[in-house]
Amino acid sequence: MTEQLDAGLIGERIAESDQLNPPSAAHEVGKARRRKEDARLVTGRTTWTDNIQLPGMMYVAFLRSPMAHARITRVDTSAASGRPGVVAVYSGRDFVDEQGSLPCAWPVSEDVVIPDHPPMAVDEVRYVGEAVACVVATDRYRAADALEAIEIDYEPLDAVLDMTEALAEGSPKVHEAGNQAFTWKFAGGDIEEAFRDAPVVIERTYVQQRLIPSAMEPRAVVATTDGDAFTLYSATQIPHVLRVMLALTTGIPEHKLRVVAPDVGGGFGSKLQVTAEEVLALLLTRRLGRPVKWTESRSEGNLTVHHGRDQLQRISVAADRDGRVRGVKVDLLADMGAYLMLVTPGVPLLGAFMYNGIYKMDAYHFNCTGVFTTKMPTDAYRGAGRPEATFAIERAMDELAHELGMDPIELRRRNWITHEEFPYTTICGLTYDSGNYEAATERALALLGYDKLRAEQADRRDRRDPVQLGIGVSTFTEMCGLAPSRVLGSLSYGAGGWEHASVRMLPTGKVEVVTGSSPHGQGHETAWSQIVADALGVPFEDVSVLHGDTSVSHKGMDTYGSRSLVVGGVAVLAACEKVKDRAKELAAHLLEASADDIEFADGTFKVRGTEAGRTIQELALATFAAHDLPDGFEPALDADATFDPDNFSFPHGTHLCAIEVDTETGASKIRTYVAVDDVGSVVNPLIVEGQVHGGIAQGIAQALFEEAVYDTEGNLLTTTMADYLIPSAADLPDFVTDRTETPATTNPLGVKGVGEAGTIASTPAVVNAIVDALRPYGVNDVRMPCTPERIWRAVTEGGDR
Amino acid sequence: MIPASFDYVRPSSVEEACQVLASGDDVKVLAGGQSLLPLLRLRLAYPSALVDLGRLPELRGVSDRGDHVFVGALTTHDEVLRSSVIKERVPLLALATATVADPAVRHRGTFGGSMAHADPAGDLPAVALALDCVFVVRSADGEREIPAADFFVDYLEPALEPDEVLIGARVPVLGPRWGFHYEKFHRTAQAWAIVGVAAAVRRSNGTVEEARIALTNMGPTPVRASAVEAALRGVDLAPAASGGTDLVGEACAEADDGTSPPADLHARPDYRRHLARVLTRRAVRAASG
Repeated sequence: MTEQLDAGLIGERIAESDQLNPPSAAHEVGKARRRKEDARLVTGRTTWTDNIQLPGMMYVAFLRSPMAHARITRVDTSAASGRPGVVAVYSGRDFVDEQGSLPCAWPVSEDVVIPDHPPMAVDEVRYVGEAVACVVATDRYRAADALEAIEIDYEPLDAVLDMTEALAEGSPKVHEAGNQAFTWKFAGGDIEEAFRDAPVVIERTYVQQRLIPSAMEPRAVVATTDGDAFTLYSATQIPHVLRVMLALTTGIPEHKLRVVAPDVGGGFGSKLQVTAEEVLALLLTRRLGRPVKWTESRSEGNLTVHHGRDQLQRISVAADRDGRVRGVKVDLLADMGAYLMLVTPGVPLLGAFMYNGIYKMDAYHFNCTGVFTTKMPTDAYRGAGRPEATFAIERAMDELAHELGMDPIELRRRNWITHEEFPYTTICGLTYDSGNYEAATERALALLGYDKLRAEQADRRDRRDPVQLGIGVSTFTEMCGLAPSRVLGSLSYGAGGWEHASVRMLPTGKVEVVTGSSPHGQGHETAWSQIVADALGVPFEDVSVLHGDTSVSHKGMDTYGSRSLVVGGVAVLAACEKVKDRAKELAAHLLEASADDIEFADGTFKVRGTEAGRTIQELALATFAAHDLPDGFEPALDADATFDPDNFSFPHGTHLCAIEVDTETGASKIRTYVAVDDVGSVVNPLIVEGQVHGGIAQGIAQALFEEAVYDTEGNLLTTTMADYLIPSAADLPDFVTDRTETPATTNPLGVKGVGEAGTIASTPAVVNAIVDALRPYGVNDVRMPCTPERIWRAVTEGGDR
Repeated sequence: MIPASFDYVRPSSVEEACQVLASGDDVKVLAGGQSLLPLLRLRLAYPSALVDLGRLPELRGVSDRGDHVFVGALTTHDEVLRSSVIKERVPLLALATATVADPAVRHRGTFGGSMAHADPAGDLPAVALALDCVFVVRSADGEREIPAADFFVDYLEPALEPDEVLIGARVPVLGPRWGFHYEKFHRTAQAWAIVGVAAAVRRSNGTVEEARIALTNMGPTPVRASAVEAALRGVDLAPAASGGTDLVGEACAEADDGTSPPADLHARPDYRRHLARVLTRRAVRAASG
């Protein structure tokens, strides 16, 4: 883009852009519609939670623990209470009888330990940043000033930051019950047999560093009450789940609690949570009778938004000399941090079924231990478990290829499920419904110019060029569309995986769609409009999508796990089908024909073989008037649908990364990045492209840039963006993207989900490329993020760095 | 985060600014705010008052004064980059300024603010040191000049008295045979330099006649690489023949002499020392290319 645009112009351009696509009732699905929600989002003409102002509103600031682990021995809030503008100051003890415990909805195993997790610490703090007290004041500044006057005495306890140390005998205990949160095992096939006498076994240990999800919009909460009922506005991904959980936690009856997620600026899993601040906002408004607001600062967010990843993976692969994989063993330590939050212990389980990747094998064994440490709790972060699994198997496949002296693509070809073999039940017991790994890989190789780059690599190696070239491969799949409720039940998850939708025909023929999946930047309003436009034969512009407010959308499971389209979109389609069935019955009545003789096309119901017909808009008006309806016909075309999927969906793809590594300085530079994704049928290719781009960027960020670092005392060192490096467009190459399209067979839209694909695929592609570049230096791993310093040390010192 | 409360003064003359600075303890000068505001927001600084120089046009602008270019302290990085005088007469300043942060920061941040903040990780202090800039400062008692070599006293500590305002700097114009380069090594485009090298090289018949080199982020202040400057004098610039010795590289092997590089999340000292040697060689090569 060379065109210079100012902010005002961008808004106009986006508003105009829909005129580029002339209204058409047919074939909206598959069209690269610009997103109808973007004009209000990017120009700020919308309501973010922090924009909400209510009469008499007060502002909350939290005092946070400066110690990783300590007993609270004294709290004195009296000086702070006297500060100007201060309405109230509370410590955890002031709420001890009503604050309850923050919920964990995924008790993964019999042996799981779910410690009490008070929203504000009462007796003990277990990570730096844990809320210990709060100030309610007439403005944000006074609230922040008064924090400095709160006196708290701590008796320091030993911090424990490393998982291996935490599990060792005599280690400081994070909780009375010890540092093991749970164990969880899974096995398929005979693993002993697979490894017995295996000609090749490779064993590697990979570190999934701790990451800080950094949504553009910080977390924010507003709570208010009329004395009877409560409303909580929150920058959340999960208004529906939140409502249920807050009702259970606070004792406010569910029907007296409305939760609203206004437009939300990104989440990546970090807003899939029930936070201390949300609970306390409700409790404060209940106690004080006035509306309260809290908005985090970025550094407060780095400390206390739940973190992601932080796993130690030991993976072993047994193979034959010809490269055939016999079995995979995984031993995983997963850092829970100090508490189990909403789905903390479930994250590694979401990866457990993915370490086999796209490969056939005889046996698989997975063993996971969740570990408590005195750090911020971890939880879902874009991909949640699947990026970790994909990283380990794709890194290990490159290691195996190197060990065998085989091209990494050829090794994968010898092991992957071929397209004729679908549906294929994997060693993990999942049935992959469809896919074509050969097609995606062929396309990616052609786009990259694989053979030519391999020749250049050989030449640079020969010349001992200080700038070496590496090529990284990632052929991945993932399980999306969370999730069949029965499967979630078998994994001890606390809820179902269905999604709900309502379609309302308005008297003027316009359509309101209510969706239970709650967007925070994905473009639901546009994609749902396209689905409805095709299903009902109405113009795209005539559809409006409502979401995020439990008083409007009473039922939903919200947005995460690439589920919105695959589950929620299908629910919308199902509701449209019901509307159509009712409209058909009405049309038959009005046209004095049998319903069997009514045909539907492009929004009109016609008597077969005649021109006599009624449009769906006419039928909507006819039900509004209700003057002439069939006997017993309710005067409405509206319909609800709840869809529970039978299976997960399995997007896949081949990502290739060519990277130049300056061996003198350790600097790396991605030269070409090719992504060929197969996300099944596509509703809106522009949205898919956007998701792929953002996803790749986020995965590259894990490979090269991002890491949450704690010091030995448990202080987070990466509290600002100067220390926690997030790449911008300037740090990333142009991505070469393409798609193959193998429709899902398990849902009527044929869709598979795209929200996480780029993130899952790209991290191993990049690290594989770096290691590939450094093979001549005897390097077989570089720990993430592959910083220039780590690369330089690997080159200088050789081996695993 | 939210800053603690402070008084705010926006003087309409430098004299008034000096008076306010002299009137209280811990009064801070606010220029573009790109370093000070984050310190306030993180409550790492609690000044009693801010003196906002934003309405003092006399501190703004670039003028060609023959043997030097005068750059007003309030000139923004973006204005420096748009100045043809800077580009033609003191190109090293333009090269380094172009690497400062991102466009948003460059539109607010100022030349003088970068210097007076005296952050050794900033790009401009090393340029000032390499070029022997002279800073002009004023207080109620009048004006004085401070050579760059004396200006950067310690980490975030310039040689400014509490009641002094930085007016600008004289940036010497070097002759026609000089070449320039600023080599910045950082992890993302917006990040500070892990190490930076400001180099000015005067060539004569394929050899180095004179070199001026200063390093960014290799100690509590920007550091002049004097050992390299001495070693480079008279060195043949021809690239090393196959198997031969790279004379420039050899001279630059002393780039980390006398430095005390910091340890932080992005680099440990030994790595910074290594980078200083490699990057100095690259900067000298580029400046003399």
